[in-house]
Amino acid sequence: MYRRSLFGLAAALAVAGTSLFAQDMIKIGAIAPKTGPLAGGAVVTQWPNVRLWVEEVNARGGLDVGGEMKMLELIEYDDKTNPGEHIKLAQRLATQDKVDFVVAPYGTGFNIATAPIYGKFGYPMIAVSAITDKMEELTTRYPNLFFTLGTTTAFVDGVKEILIEQRDAGEIGNEIAMVNVADAFGIELADRARELFGEAGFDIVYDKSYPLGTPDLSPVMKGAKESGAKAFVAWSYPPDSFGLAEQAIIEDLDVKLYYSAVATSFPAFKGAYGNKINNVLGAGGTNVDNPAIAAYRKAHMDITGKVADYWASANTYASLQILEQAIVGAATLDREVVTQYIKDNSFETVMGELSFTNNFSNTFWSVGQWQDGVFRGVKGSNVIGAVPVRAKTGWSD
Amino acid sequence: MNPATVQELIWAGVLVALAAFWPMMSNGYWLGIGVDVMMYTALATSWMLFSGPTHYISLASAAFFGVGGFVVGSGMSDYDASFWSMLALSAVIGGVLAALIGLATLRLSGVYFVIFTLGLAEMIRNLVSWVQNNFLGSRGLYVLTEFTDAHLYWMLLVTAGCVYLLGWIISRSRLGFALRIIGGDETVARHVGINTAMAKVILFTTTGVFGAIVGAIIAPRWSYIEPNQVFSPQLSFFVVIMALLGGSGRLWGPVVGVIPFLLIWNWVDSNFPNQSILVLGVAFLVIVYFLPHGFVGRIEQLRARARGR
Amino acid sequence: MLDILVSGLLLSGTYALVAMGLNLQYGVARIMNLANGEVLVLGALAAFWLYTTAQISPILTVILVIPVAFIGNWLIYRFLLTPLVRRSKSQGALEVDSILATFGMSFIFIGIMVSIEGGFFFYKYLSEPISILGSTTSLNRLVAFLLAVLIAAALYIWLHYSRPGVAVRAVSVSTEASGLVGINVPRVSALTFALGGTITAVGGALISTFITLDASIGVVFTLKALIIVIMGGVGEIRGAIVAAIILGLVETGVATLVDPGLTLAAAYFIFVIILLFRPQGLFGRRAV
Repeated sequence: MYRRSLFGLAAALAVAGTSLFAQDMIKIGAIAPKTGPLAGGAVVTQWPNVRLWVEEVNARGGLDVGGEMKMLELIEYDDKTNPGEHIKLAQRLATQDKVDFVVAPYGTGFNIATAPIYGKFGYPMIAVSAITDKMEELTTRYPNLFFTLGTTTAFVDGVKEILIEQRDAGEIGNEIAMVNVADAFGIELADRARELFGEAGFDIVYDKSYPLGTPDLSPVMKGAKESGAKAFVAWSYPPDSFGLAEQAIIEDLDVKLYYSAVATSFPAFKGAYGNKINNVLGAGGTNVDNPAIAAYRKAHMDITGKVADYWASANTYASLQILEQAIVGAATLDREVVTQYIKDNSFETVMGELSFTNNFSNTFWSVGQWQDGVFRGVKGSNVIGAVPVRAKTGWSD
Repeated sequence: MNPATVQELIWAGVLVALAAFWPMMSNGYWLGIGVDVMMYTALATSWMLFSGPTHYISLASAAFFGVGGFVVGSGMSDYDASFWSMLALSAVIGGVLAALIGLATLRLSGVYFVIFTLGLAEMIRNLVSWVQNNFLGSRGLYVLTEFTDAHLYWMLLVTAGCVYLLGWIISRSRLGFALRIIGGDETVARHVGINTAMAKVILFTTTGVFGAIVGAIIAPRWSYIEPNQVFSPQLSFFVVIMALLGGSGRLWGPVVGVIPFLLIWNWVDSNFPNQSILVLGVAFLVIVYFLPHGFVGRIEQLRARARGR
Repeated sequence: MLDILVSGLLLSGTYALVAMGLNLQYGVARIMNLANGEVLVLGALAAFWLYTTAQISPILTVILVIPVAFIGNWLIYRFLLTPLVRRSKSQGALEVDSILATFGMSFIFIGIMVSIEGGFFFYKYLSEPISILGSTTSLNRLVAFLLAVLIAAALYIWLHYSRPGVAVRAVSVSTEASGLVGINVPRVSALTFALGGTITAVGGALISTFITLDASIGVVFTLKALIIVIMGGVGEIRGAIVAAIILGLVETGVATLVDPGLTLAAAYFIFVIILLFRPQGLFGRRAV
């Protein structure tokens, strides 16, 4: 009983809890970290959206599957940020719990590690928090795997475009200070950036990595400051994105362009630093003026009690909307049919109309910027509402 | 640690033969647990080869496991090498690394040895990340193979079987005898003319070789290798804890530690999704307080009682 | 150069806060406490939680944490660890038991913390720039450093110049002999364990003002603490402090002069080298 969380009306039904009712439910499996290094990110981006979606659907009376209303039943597990653990739990979802559909995991590695298992059982996986340049090879290999948040290259490209614009505007020169966290995604992004920034004629005058879990980032920031570059780019993870901003404030880093990657879009980022981080650039972005996004953000706040992050939250919710519409549209719980439906159709989501070409959705934000208390998208692919980039001017309130 | 008997070897052989049929009888979840059982059995038994007789607790398992995973990941992803050649290479690197660590730790004893191995493992993890960052470059370490869980299970079973067989041979050899004396009193061992350094280094090397092999075999299962994950120190602690739970008196101790540990772990995981870590902690304490000498101690106690009747 | 010295020393303060408590717990009470990092994070969670819900300053939290942590750790020792101490026949057996038991406790602590706050403990306190000897640093790091110095000095004076302190040191040298000269070993051990846990929790509250922590990050601090305690020598408070200073300076020096990517590797390298030449740690007594 513990592992079944039912929401809304479903709770009332569950009291009667017989196997008859179980047939009227759609079982949704979700595995993501609640503990371990990635938990801090997953509790912001992944879990609240899963709960929000299940609760909303059930409040509406469930999903219409071929004329029959079916409620959602969520079965969730904590993978403790451990691949071995996650794989085993995925097997549990597929063979013990026999869930009807799954929510794709949180993190690139976890999506790739579970793709063979979910593939074997035909589950469509609409991955969000998974960014790679191997999309083609992976989707050929795992035809059930869909990507929605862009590629490594697209990510770096967004930053490159801004660098070029700011150079043309005379705000920055050719020199860039770049740092990265020495972990899978950080290494990959830095590697790509060296190539693309170089092609664009930039000179990376400070190019250093720092290990995951560095307690004191002040030497890194002091080094970047000494380089004199007017542009600072950090391919960073959650705890260090915060740490770098803190050091930049302390050192009063004199740059016109400041970018840090993952978690810059977290509401807590602004909560802690207030206006000091005005005009800081980061991975992601969203268009809060879009009515659909505004409504989504309000529901997120009302139901989960938390402000949605300004990036992958909306994508995560959109991925669940796609799953929902595909189930309703295909009018069946047959996973093969639903997977095919996802490939063939386009979907109305908070991110706008999404569709897949070779299992890849080309609609996403790549770079956003904190502008007067809101993290707005400034670069993206097929998205509407990008605002012009502003130059960073000091770190004062 | 007592020398193993022929009877024990026969039993082990029968069990390995039976265990080989597991993938035919189960799939999905239970086969996945089987893979975990084999992985930790191989790791904990190879840990026991060294730490059982000498009483030196090593926390370096993650370093060897990580080397295996990283070599396979980097080799297959960046250099288009085959899985098998990388498996062999990782065994060699794991062995060399372990021999070096073994040599470095000769003067250390007690808790200093324990934490030294932990520090070294962490140093290796950071060095590997740094090397990957600065010299290898990377588009992500993908290990995409056609292996299924059944294949990996059999590979791990063979590895675990080899570890056991080696342990059995050693425990009946002069080397095993020497190690037991070292475990009893190292000074005495030295005085009776045992080359303690040699004995310790040889044993530690085997631990490293097997640790790396297991890491290499697990890599295809994880599919995507992140150095910080394969080198996670948590693994070292788990190996030690499972081996200690089993009880360190017998070569088969780890097996009887690993199986109940993983069964309890999975039961908690699936029944308490929101608080699995808390319940696991409680389960841990209960085991420690109620099984003072590990599962082996309990089994032997029961056996003695049965005989007494 | 001055930058390295200032930043390095401030970082040493952090490390001293991380390791002093474990040094007492392991050196005197003979408990290899793998839940050390989680106790630290509990202190951090208290500071974060009180600051974000009630705007209570982390410095005030430190004072609140002291009695709570002391009683909590005393209870843990008294009821959870004493049975293990009693039943163990040797130091080795106690080490094995305490590794297993405190590992379980660390899971329980994580579980409790996750149920309070599953995300990052993210808040800002005293994150103002301040210039020391021409080198810029932040006020919160300086405050933590000064408190670390204060705690270390108080501890040193207490251990060396007070009667109970002498009893504590006697127990750290030999439990049997101290028992023979009339020291109540179980009582001293329990109090020292509680004191160690308190220092760790206070350290966590201070560290949380400048490092963003989360419920699961304890193990990182446990590892660091173990390294520092062993590098300094078990049961020697001076050892832990010197080791913390060495680590702080080495990490900052390498990050500034060589490559920030090598900071942690360099820290562990120094640890390895020191143990190769002094197998009993910097200030440790040679094992008999």
